[in-house]
Amino acid sequence: MEKKNLKAWLYLLPAILFLGIFMVYPLIDVFIYSFEEGFNSSSQTYSGIGIYNYSYILRDPYFLQALKNTFILVMITVPVSTGLALLISVGLSSIKWLKNLFQTVYFLPYVTNTLAVGLVFMILFKPTAYSDGLINLILGFFGMSPVDFIDGPYWAKMLVLCIYTVWVVMPFKILILTSALASVNRNYYDAARVDGTSKGRIFRKITLPMISPMLFYLVITGFIGAFKAYSDAVALFGTELNAAEMNTIVGYVYDMLYGEGGGFPSYASAAAIVLFAIVLTITVINLLISRRHVHY
Amino acid sequence: MKVVLKNLTKKFPARGKGSGDVIAVNNFSFEIPDKSLVGLLGPSGCGKSTTLNLISGLLRPTEGNILFGEDDVTSLPPEKRGVGLVFQNYALYPHLTVMQNIIFPLQNLKGKNKLSKAEMEMKAYEIAKLVQIESLMERKPNELSGGQQQRVAIARALVKMPRVLLLDEPLSNLDARLRLQTREEIKRIQQETGITTIFVTHDQEEAMSISDLIVVMKDGIVQQIGKPQEVYDEPKNLFVAKFLGTPPISVFDGYINSGRLFIGDEAIFDTDSKDGEVYIAVRPEGFVLSEKGVLSCKLKAVEVMGRDISVVCTNEKCTANAIRAIISAENRVDTSSDTVRFDLKKNKVFVFDKNTEERIAF
Amino acid sequence: MKENKIKKAPGIGKIITYILLAVWAIIVLFPFYWMILTSVKSYASYNAEYFPKFFTLSPTFENYKEAFTAVPLGQYFLNTVIFTVATTAIMLIVIIPAAFAFSRLEFKGKNLVFTLFLALMMIPNELVVITNFTTITNLDLRNSFIGLILPSVTSVFYIYLLKENFSQIPDELYYAAKVDGTSDFKYLMRVMIPICRPTLVTVTILKVIECWNSYVWPRLITDDPAYFLVSNGIQEIRENGFGRENIPAMMAAVVVISLPLIVLFLIFRNKIMAGVARGGTKG
Repeated sequence: MEKKNLKAWLYLLPAILFLGIFMVYPLIDVFIYSFEEGFNSSSQTYSGIGIYNYSYILRDPYFLQALKNTFILVMITVPVSTGLALLISVGLSSIKWLKNLFQTVYFLPYVTNTLAVGLVFMILFKPTAYSDGLINLILGFFGMSPVDFIDGPYWAKMLVLCIYTVWVVMPFKILILTSALASVNRNYYDAARVDGTSKGRIFRKITLPMISPMLFYLVITGFIGAFKAYSDAVALFGTELNAAEMNTIVGYVYDMLYGEGGGFPSYASAAAIVLFAIVLTITVINLLISRRHVHY
Repeated sequence: MKVVLKNLTKKFPARGKGSGDVIAVNNFSFEIPDKSLVGLLGPSGCGKSTTLNLISGLLRPTEGNILFGEDDVTSLPPEKRGVGLVFQNYALYPHLTVMQNIIFPLQNLKGKNKLSKAEMEMKAYEIAKLVQIESLMERKPNELSGGQQQRVAIARALVKMPRVLLLDEPLSNLDARLRLQTREEIKRIQQETGITTIFVTHDQEEAMSISDLIVVMKDGIVQQIGKPQEVYDEPKNLFVAKFLGTPPISVFDGYINSGRLFIGDEAIFDTDSKDGEVYIAVRPEGFVLSEKGVLSCKLKAVEVMGRDISVVCTNEKCTANAIRAIISAENRVDTSSDTVRFDLKKNKVFVFDKNTEERIAF
Repeated sequence: MKENKIKKAPGIGKIITYILLAVWAIIVLFPFYWMILTSVKSYASYNAEYFPKFFTLSPTFENYKEAFTAVPLGQYFLNTVIFTVATTAIMLIVIIPAAFAFSRLEFKGKNLVFTLFLALMMIPNELVVITNFTTITNLDLRNSFIGLILPSVTSVFYIYLLKENFSQIPDELYYAAKVDGTSDFKYLMRVMIPICRPTLVTVTILKVIECWNSYVWPRLITDDPAYFLVSNGIQEIRENGFGRENIPAMMAAVVVISLPLIVLFLIFRNKIMAGVARGGTKG
């Protein structure tokens, strides 16, 4: 028995070692950091223990801006992308011809480098000295005046960020919903059709309840993912997100840690924990709601 | 190689609080003669598979000893015992070919026992020939039928020339036709190799048909050991009588009163045994149609099965819903009548004590 | 019942469906088309187009040459390959034995440890990155492959995925191997790994995608372009390379960076999609 125990631990050793050093220890450490006031990175000393770091970031306009940006991003992209994905998946599962091709195409953004494709979006939306950019030209065709989506007004920048975020998260959602729809037993549809149920009613009364667990899963992961948005913003607006008014909570964490005006792990920790608390709260609320609304 | 089980006991810790240990095998002693084919028989949960796993070494007994010949192997791990084990679902490695499956055990040999690749393949071919799968060597398990997979599993178990071959429910995953064929095959292979073989089954017909000896178990306790026909003809208790034979034995509530054995009001035999309540069990072939017979039953149906006739009837003293009597097809059953009368063959009738369910002579 | 009822002309609903699907396909594909198109336009002709042209009759590969010579794109590329291969390989070495221990071995505290592992799945990376940054900095491992790789080699989720798969292998196979004297390690190597190869391939591909696109950690831990990965490289190019305005050259770099994963995807399409459906998220 003893020998067996030892062997099992030996198999686990590498994983435990790595997880211990790079996950468990940092997890404890981040809480400690967040309560150490006046931490100095170079001397590794601090002046006291307290909640100053939290009160600091909550008064920091950059953090408040990041908080606001993140919330707007979440509130727009999660419903839009989930609804759009549902629409596309339902369409996709109702056809045969070209279905595979569409599925393959729709998945492409998942395997592309967010930073790289973000550049393409930037040039599509950004006016330069030579041209207003393709999107502005199209808008102009409809009689609208050009807007600088990358360096211009706040709403325009937020719009591009939302569009790009939706573009990036769609493949995962379409994939999950298409397979959820495919797994609904055909017999239910046949039974409903024999009973003379209309298509809309079939969708509302059969399809939606049957895929509700997956929809719910997508909403939760969508919320969590969107709250952690960062690289999409970097891809569009560059690394100096505070200056662009386009920072996110995660971006704020990294900027506090490293980058322009960085070197404040205590503030970074406090911000990271605020993020964690938000994500946790939303997950819990979602779970409570789902218990009442997921029928299947 | 004879196999000796001495006071073998296996307890499993109970799952729930408060309940005691579960005793899977209780004080099992038995000497399995060399070169014999032994069937461990019983309903599910009777401890037969546990016994097999104790012999293979996958489980360690709580008490008692296991000897292979004169070697005490009780504390040896499975690989040092020299056993071949065939699983109910065959447990073939799905990613390996038949050949690779068969030589897998040989590749584990170390030191002076180590074989060259050519030697391994030669051995594998010999065994494959024995079980008649030599034409399938390059196939993968999922390309084989159930019966073929079974043979590969047996070949894999035999290739290292085990001292004892163990088979766990070897036929239960096969369809009826293959089952019949495969059980003959197991018998043949066992006889050709002369390896002491122990197999587990819940199917009494399977055990009866090929075993040299059968061991009937219930709730971890051995009920009876003997040659199949002996056990069938002389069951020691009601459980064994009921477990063996198809159609099943018919059991009646009866009693002995002043030297006569009664089912209801009808006296069927004279007896020397003392008065009291008993179970009376009659094998289906123990019923003889007779107009003046001692036992009257209500006729329900007559099923003609070619060689035999199966008479289905009821009797309010019978513990089951229906009595099934098998009589020769030469008889004619008068189906217009509600009742049918039987005489009983004395050697097909067993009497058991109502409390202990042990057999009593009459 | 009748023939004509089954074979009717596509209805208006079908047509709208196809239009909708085609529109989304165009939205997805257009950026890819645009980057390829722009990357083969010459610098001069690109800037001369007030209305960008939707095709070009004189494609040039000048920009690709530029991408590899004016900025160290080749270096970024090589770094990413080293990082991806090393991280994925070490990860497999770490997670396979762990999944094996959880699925096959019996030891005291197994359930407790496994529960703790599962609990770790809920911890967002953003929370631990701060200390990891400090750890790696203190170990003087910034701007090194070791510093890049080490924090990324474990994935509790993949351990979980693999453990579930290992557990599906019937116990009898293990007992059969035991009776034949197979050691645990040999059983793992010769039976479990080959049987679970599809899952291992999936895990590998998902990890490769993750590595190829990783941006945050490399950005924190490297400021020496000699250790930049493609994501950081593209950011560097955007901010400082090609004199900022050479968009065709920039797009050539984007194409080069995007190509490996797209090729990988087209080869392993079904595997990747099935794998992601089983357990991938993005973000």
